[in-house]
Amino acid sequence: MTEITEEKARIGAPSQPFINGFTEEGENLSPINTSESKAPLAGEAVKAHSHGGGVGIPDSSRAGRLTSYKLADFAPLTGMEEDWRFTPLKRLRGLHSDVLKGTAPAVDITAPEGIIVETVGRDDARIGSAAIPEDRVSANAWENFSEATVITVPEEHQATGEIMVSIEGSGLEASAQHFVIIAKRFSKAVVVLDHRGTAVVAENVEILVEDGAQLTVISLQEWTDDSVHASSQQAKLSRDAKFKHIVVSLGGDLVRLTPSARFSGPGAEAELFGLYYADAGQHLEQRLFVDHAVPNCKSNVLYKGALQGRNAHAVWVGDVLIRKEAEGTDTYEANRNLVLTDGARADSVPNLEIETGLIAGAGHASATGRFDDEHLFYLMARGIPEKVARRLVVRGFLNEIISQIKVPALEERLTEAVERELAASEN
Amino acid sequence: MSTLEIKDLHVSIDTEQGTKEILKGVSLIIRTGETHAIMGPNGSGKSTLASTIAGHPRYNVTSGSITLDGENVLDMSVDERARAGLFLAMQYPVEVPGVSMTNFLRTAKTAIDGEAPKLRTWTKDVKAAMAQLRIDADFTQRNVNEGFSGGEKKRVEILQLELFKPKFAILDETDSGLDVDALKVVSEGVNRAHDEGNMGTLLITHYTRILRYIKPDFVHVFVEGKIVDQGGAELADRLEDEGYDRYAPGAGVAVAPAAAAE
Ligand SMILES: Nc1ncnc2c1ncn2[C@@H]1O[C@H](COP(=O)(O)OP(=O)(O)O)[C@@H](O)[C@H]1O
Ligand SMILES: [Mg+2]
Repeated sequence: MTEITEEKARIGAPSQPFINGFTEEGENLSPINTSESKAPLAGEAVKAHSHGGGVGIPDSSRAGRLTSYKLADFAPLTGMEEDWRFTPLKRLRGLHSDVLKGTAPAVDITAPEGIIVETVGRDDARIGSAAIPEDRVSANAWENFSEATVITVPEEHQATGEIMVSIEGSGLEASAQHFVIIAKRFSKAVVVLDHRGTAVVAENVEILVEDGAQLTVISLQEWTDDSVHASSQQAKLSRDAKFKHIVVSLGGDLVRLTPSARFSGPGAEAELFGLYYADAGQHLEQRLFVDHAVPNCKSNVLYKGALQGRNAHAVWVGDVLIRKEAEGTDTYEANRNLVLTDGARADSVPNLEIETGLIAGAGHASATGRFDDEHLFYLMARGIPEKVARRLVVRGFLNEIISQIKVPALEERLTEAVERELAASEN
Repeated sequence: MSTLEIKDLHVSIDTEQGTKEILKGVSLIIRTGETHAIMGPNGSGKSTLASTIAGHPRYNVTSGSITLDGENVLDMSVDERARAGLFLAMQYPVEVPGVSMTNFLRTAKTAIDGEAPKLRTWTKDVKAAMAQLRIDADFTQRNVNEGFSGGEKKRVEILQLELFKPKFAILDETDSGLDVDALKVVSEGVNRAHDEGNMGTLLITHYTRILRYIKPDFVHVFVEGKIVDQGGAELADRLEDEGYDRYAPGAGVAVAPAAAAE
């Protein structure tokens, strides 16, 4: 039985009036949302940090979340925090509590002509230009990474092929990793972050999409069964930027991605897609944030997940915030889960916050469907053998995301990976 | 010429209160070209009979047999039965998430025929069959039965009947929930399939109105898990006038448990 809940936008005034003398921006936004933001590793970062509920914006607002580059600003995790309540902290292998001194997964980049790839130290001016940690693990990674990889697509450059970033782990010591991806004005490129091997790693990926640039970032998680990966992938989108983000999480014991798209100039578009396939015992979590802070931007979110086996757990939380000044916003977010066996669990929480009535559209949908014996009976009663029937259902369901990748070799590889996941369930 | 033979079939299901016998000795023979109507009140076991023929795992056959041209149907898995030529148009077709109608129809046709249909003619056949059943062309893009109205689901069942060309079609209350127009459209579809001359039909219904459009050769009255009366099309007219009350237990009508229609 497939259950679909769909809700149209609540249109209305902000949920709480602002206190005189404070604007939303002045007190609550991280520097990356203000137009005059500088690289904020130092003083500004500290200033930027704010606690929700302090001033003007209610505790529950996504805008009020604490952001800081300093680990010490985040209290140790208890598991009671709103954004950690689904995560089994015990399985984080110290990413939230330990100094991350392990060797980071090896980075090996194959890039077409014209792309600039650099390895830089912590003091590089570009670090902090697009992101600021929003949780303790991300801040821990920020404090502990030793060098960062910066990938730059030069102004007006059209990359002739995708930029393949192989990220290969080789151990279970907790480590930190940092990437900065910059698509300069009017450039066009596809970046693939190909996470493989064995790792316990907290990662920050900063993504800057400048005016009129078109950037696709694909993050693949095909880790070994014992790996743990937490990744904050924050994108800052300038005027008329087009950004597409695709997450594919298949392997790993615990994978927790927090992609975000923040609009900093009008006319920009963000598409956030995701596919996850949770097997027995796996915890695959994704928490998204789309921040409509300026007028006339568009966002579309679609995450689809399949779950099978005992204690397979998928979490999807989609926060979309339409701020008061974001008139003309058009946004839609959806999460669909397909539960293939008993004992698996999918948590799906769409959150749509709207602070202006002057929008083009806003909606969300969340559906968790079970593939059950009656579905199987129906397909088999049409002559389709059981194995084929199961494949038909899962392949069809997930293909909607895979087909968004548009890199044929990668689509093929992922289709095969999904087939392997399916085959594993048949043993 | 094929024969589907059901002999002294007893079927039970497991309920929370224990095993419950639903079919209590059903015998029936259907041959290619024949249309049999099974009529009976709600809860008499009609769907149980249909689902048992198709092989739904919930139903346990405790005794009796089902054979198709002498082959033991009860030994076959659900998909094998379909490939052998049995088709069940379900009373409540389920929605199957994730699978588009296009993909589903082609996969099923390939499984049933043992080879993939020629793409060009297949697409044309599907389109034509849909048009005749007045199913919107965009249904092929949607997931199997997902969001279809009750009437749309029934049309899509008959669409499959026409495309898969089974040896025997079992239609479980395909008429219920249809308005007059839809009933006509659906009946025409069944008649088209039947008129090709290679199919026998078991038409299960609660009401007689579908029998105005699909003419049965035999009518079987089904009450409490058994066939209690049978005859030709005229029996349906009598049921129309008199209802099932006369067959109710203790109603005094002496009806011998009917023998198979041999
Ligand atoms: N899952 C079930 N649990 C208990 N009783 C059931 C179940 N399914 C069917 N039955 C019973 O079996 C009998 C026959 O049902 P069914 O074959 O659906 O009849 P019909 O199609 O003629 O309406 C009814 O008495 C019904 O209540
Ligand atoms: Mg019924």
